Amino acid sequence: MITAGVDVGAKFTKVVILKDGQVVARAKALVGFDVLKSASEVFEVTLKDAGIPRSDIQRVVATGMGRNTVVQKPPINAEEAVSEVVADAAGAYQAVPTVKTVIDVGAEEGRGVKVEGGKVRDFVINERCAAGAGTFVEAMARALEVKVEEMGPLSLKSANVIPMNAQCCVFAESEVVSLIHSKISKEDVAKAIHDAIAGRISSMILRVGVEKDVVLIGGCALNPGFKPPLEKELHTNIIVPEFPEYVSALGAAVIAANPAR
Amino acid sequence: MTTSVEVKEYPSEPLKCWEQAKNLRKNYYEDYLHAHEKGGLRWAGGAWSFSSIPAGLGEDVYCITGEPYGATVAFYKDFASKCHDATEAAGFPRTLCAYMRNYWGSILLDKYILTDGTVVDGYPPPDFIWQDHICCSHSKWYQLVKWLEKRRGKEVPMYSVDVSVGYPPDFGPEEDYKVDYIVGQLSDGIDWLAKVTGRNYNDALLCEAVWNEIRATSLWAEVCALNQAVPAPLDEKTMYSLYVMGTLMKHRPECVAFYETLRNETQERVKRGIAAVPNERFRVITDTQPPWGFLKIFREMEKYGAVSVGSLYTFGLIGMWQYQPDGTWIPRPVPPQKPQTREEALRAIVRWTMHKPEWAHFYEPELKTKMMQSIVKQWKVDAVLLHYNRGCEGLSVHIAENRFGLLQAGVSVFPFEGNMGDERDFDFAGTLARLTAFFESMGLRKLKE
Repeated sequence: MITAGVDVGAKFTKVVILKDGQVVARAKALVGFDVLKSASEVFEVTLKDAGIPRSDIQRVVATGMGRNTVVQKPPINAEEAVSEVVADAAGAYQAVPTVKTVIDVGAEEGRGVKVEGGKVRDFVINERCAAGAGTFVEAMARALEVKVEEMGPLSLKSANVIPMNAQCCVFAESEVVSLIHSKISKEDVAKAIHDAIAGRISSMILRVGVEKDVVLIGGCALNPGFKPPLEKELHTNIIVPEFPEYVSALGAAVIAANPAR
Repeated sequence: MTTSVEVKEYPSEPLKCWEQAKNLRKNYYEDYLHAHEKGGLRWAGGAWSFSSIPAGLGEDVYCITGEPYGATVAFYKDFASKCHDATEAAGFPRTLCAYMRNYWGSILLDKYILTDGTVVDGYPPPDFIWQDHICCSHSKWYQLVKWLEKRRGKEVPMYSVDVSVGYPPDFGPEEDYKVDYIVGQLSDGIDWLAKVTGRNYNDALLCEAVWNEIRATSLWAEVCALNQAVPAPLDEKTMYSLYVMGTLMKHRPECVAFYETLRNETQERVKRGIAAVPNERFRVITDTQPPWGFLKIFREMEKYGAVSVGSLYTFGLIGMWQYQPDGTWIPRPVPPQKPQTREEALRAIVRWTMHKPEWAHFYEPELKTKMMQSIVKQWKVDAVLLHYNRGCEGLSVHIAENRFGLLQAGVSVFPFEGNMGDERDFDFAGTLARLTAFFESMGLRKLKE
């Protein structure tokens, strides 16, 4: 059976094509202003990479905050939309069958999902601000005048603990600017930023409880500076699967393959 | 998205007594507004206050209870926004009780809102304040009202009853010293009422009001108990418009009569299998006050076939209940006879009120969890939606502990943040997205748009 999962996230659309339980293609692209157009383009690219025509895809399931944009809209014509939480659970279980806790940190949102056999047992989502998500790192990278992909490696060069207390993305940026004016090194500020995000995410995750194995997914999982402070805060090892940013799309594809779940 | 899942549709029909409920509530606010034109008196105080006591001053004594008024303001978002602005401009932080801020804002604006949203110029000041101290906000609420009215040139006498006596044991008698403590305050309060109003106090009217209150609050519990039926004859969104009578006028004969009518009609709906939500397939309860400006969230739930059959708040703020030795909850039986003297009336209403389930919020989180577990079991509930209500410290206290208690008992819980009276603290789209995720995690799919 060939299915596809389309994760229309806050910043990227990710597409995974699954054939008999194996990923045969994956691709991602920036969401942009025209969500359907960008999602359709990346969907076509993924089909091309897989060498599979749309007509061979038996079911498509969409997830992500923009999921309803692609439901029953050509060329994607997703048959169903599921929430990120449900897709996270299914995808993480596919990637790491021993998973019990999923931490998904994307561009705008952080989530914690307790999982049992690929199903959701409990979950929590950050309620308010992007200060616990990837957008925060991007904003802070701008303040530090470094590339966003440099933020993680930069933070790993510091061993100092500098508290950042602001819970709001905007106020946190002011705090970073204050640190810069105080001649704190970029490495230390970068570490403070990652520590702060890890603190916010961990306090949220603790509301549902931490149970091994813990799997970190979403775009932020690609940031090497994020996992160490999160492991420290949660007092546990964290597994980052291959292609962590595609796990929700993978989950959607898995769900598509099991319509009678 | 919608699916083609086949779901049984129950028959449904509107409540026949709906108009009666609307009119009662409308008249209540208008009676308060026009009380002086009829030679009557006006008093203000919380919905938790012992409202049957001022009833001994005469049948032309009208009250306005603060929390329902604050909720009415919240429902009308434009007016609520003006109230928030006025309160904050006067120096009060937005972290305070949202009902209280809406109420103060209305005074500060010198405008009074009616149930249909009509805003009347000139907030009608009370002749006296009769309050009780159930939580920290209630303790301060009317001190500020008194101060605000004084700034407007009106000296409003105020009497407050301290009720910090805890919650009585499940099956034992109420401790006498606790009863004496409150009865003593009410007894002094009667002398105070007579003095500040210059009226003679009528004990027969007191006995009647106490008896009304006991009957009304037991009747409301009967109505709620009927919602154990599948399909539920009432949904919580509708119940909000019905329980409110008990928060406005639980001591009045109109309230008793209305709840009798409602109880009979609900019984009839159960007998005929009439559902509040035709596609009911998933039953939830909520907790604490809802975000009043966003009751449409209940309609969104119905798209998944989910119906809220009530809450400890809806059942227990007004309804009086009794635990049975087997752990089940039943409407509290009315005492065998009506009180005949002032002393009997005061002791009866104090003993009765001490069992108000909502008092448990403030004293024993474990007891509140136990009550919620009883509701889950008896009302055949699939999940609990917990409102982390930033607008009410009193009823939100311990709520996270309740969540743990429910989870440990194997109950699925969906917590969401919001505010009963200040829409700025409620993210409708975000909450809906999370609720969707929760329903999906429960195996539900959207049945209709």
